[in-house]
Amino acid sequence: MALAAPLYAEHVANTTPDKQNLTGTVVVDGEEVDIVTPDGIPVGPTWGSEYLLGADINGRDVAVRLLYAARNSMFIGLTGALITTLLAIVFGIVAGYYRGPVDWIISRAMDVLWAVPVLLLGVALGVALTLGGVRIGPLTLDAGSLWIPALIIGVVSVVYLARPLRGEILQLREQEFVEAARAQGASGPRIMFSELLPNVMSTVLVFFPLLFANAVLLEASLSFLGAGVQPPDASWGTMIDEGINVLITQPALTIAPGIMLVLCVLSLNVVGESVRKAIDPRARVMLEQ
Amino acid sequence: MGRFIIRRLVGMVIVLFAVSVIVFAIFNVIPNGAPENRMAGKQSTPQQIEAIRREWGFDKPITTQYVKMMEKLATGDLVSYQQQRNVFDEIKQGLPHTLSLAIGAAILWMAAGVALGVYSATRAGGKTDFAINVLALIGISVPVFWLGALVNYYLGYKLGWFPNGGYVEVAEGGLWQWAYHLFMPWTVLALLFIGVYSRVLRGTILETQNEDFVRTARAKGLSEKQVMRRHVLRTSMIPIITLWGLDFGIVIGGGAILTEAVFDLQGVGQYYAESVSQLDVPPVMAITILGAVFIVVLNTIVDILYAALDPRIRLS
Repeated sequence: MALAAPLYAEHVANTTPDKQNLTGTVVVDGEEVDIVTPDGIPVGPTWGSEYLLGADINGRDVAVRLLYAARNSMFIGLTGALITTLLAIVFGIVAGYYRGPVDWIISRAMDVLWAVPVLLLGVALGVALTLGGVRIGPLTLDAGSLWIPALIIGVVSVVYLARPLRGEILQLREQEFVEAARAQGASGPRIMFSELLPNVMSTVLVFFPLLFANAVLLEASLSFLGAGVQPPDASWGTMIDEGINVLITQPALTIAPGIMLVLCVLSLNVVGESVRKAIDPRARVMLEQ
Repeated sequence: MGRFIIRRLVGMVIVLFAVSVIVFAIFNVIPNGAPENRMAGKQSTPQQIEAIRREWGFDKPITTQYVKMMEKLATGDLVSYQQQRNVFDEIKQGLPHTLSLAIGAAILWMAAGVALGVYSATRAGGKTDFAINVLALIGISVPVFWLGALVNYYLGYKLGWFPNGGYVEVAEGGLWQWAYHLFMPWTVLALLFIGVYSRVLRGTILETQNEDFVRTARAKGLSEKQVMRRHVLRTSMIPIITLWGLDFGIVIGGGAILTEAVFDLQGVGQYYAESVSQLDVPPVMAITILGAVFIVVLNTIVDILYAALDPRIRLS
């Protein structure tokens, strides 16, 4: 449901995620109730067509926001995982194939990434970049852009995949088919990307759902700490963050986005596990290393 | 061995240097990041800003600023931009909180992980196998801040069994109050690891049980318990000790931010989060370096332990 949410968000939702309604009323069990009471307590789940899961402190429909948050979280998770995969493929293969100084530089860069706790680096980058936006050459990202957390998550997770890929390439490059390609006069890039790449695709495939799950989780953590998706945009992490402030009076605001998040990450992990079992029974799960 | 340690130390220095440059660069290349404007406040004259620039050395070239910061970091004179307090004093204040959380949780998850792992390995294929798999999946899928919030709400607020977060010094409230306040954070943080640990341990135990030396141990008449304790478990612990070292480093080096935030433990992680949101570079720099030191040192210890536990592995 979460994966498909981006597609149907507009059709199901009868309001917009940012629409605030502080003074309106909604019918619950035949009674009219304030959406947000004068002392600021939002209405709980109504299980009706409006405010299915209640409202947040700004009188926004939680169910609708959840769907739009799903879209943002999925976008960041998927883009982040894709960026990680692309970078890891390039770095892992290049390092493993050329060895020597190239490998040394890439491996040391990975050591550095490995030494910094992902969350520390992510938070620092997130706050710094969302404040000023990014302007690197032709690439311009606005301060609130969803691409910023996606990019951050994509970069800080590279190690997880690049290391195992490099190890595999180091073994593969000694095999006969690589030698044969070289004897035929194939160039370095050609060997790397049309001979070696297809051979490590199964590893990439095994890791992808796990990277995706990890990216969604990391996005939620960053957003929870205020370093990811910026309000008023919704994300499960920001929704939990907002919900915790009113945890005692309206726990549904914390519980609902959390359940969505857990279900989504859980299903991705289950998919990852099945893919792993199907493709390569001996591949190690990223988090078990 | 000596050469190995020296090589590791050199590598560590390089890594730490790179980390410091990255952190410094992150906060110095961002637009609107100039600290003097924020330090002077909203209603400030250009003269005031200029004075701050000169006093703090922001007018110097960026390399000089970097060197200056590293000197202060080494001598312990680093002062934060916003609160203008000594960064190390602040870290010293928060460190016992973070250490209490991390060490307690690490002991808990290791103990529970080993117990569950051994239990399920001796009854392979049973219900505990399934339970461990579920626990492991939950561990990698549930965000700690959400779990913490739920536990806080149900056990802390609804049932009132535990205090709603906060940290109590041992000197202040005694050992019992200290542990009582930390019980929920410990459990929540440990829950994320227990499943994975027991699953890994179960896997290695099942593998080791087929090794020759285990058969020899059984053949010489040792009881199942003795075989498990003296032979199987000893070799099977290696992978999870490795894992433990790495995870502990990550948790202590900043991974505990989320747990600290949700239980309001006022540790180093929370200090970090606050400093980052104010773009306060000195504390961010100090904590990141400290975290990296922890991780690199623990990684090295793990590598050495690895070789000590298993004579088949040579340090090369």
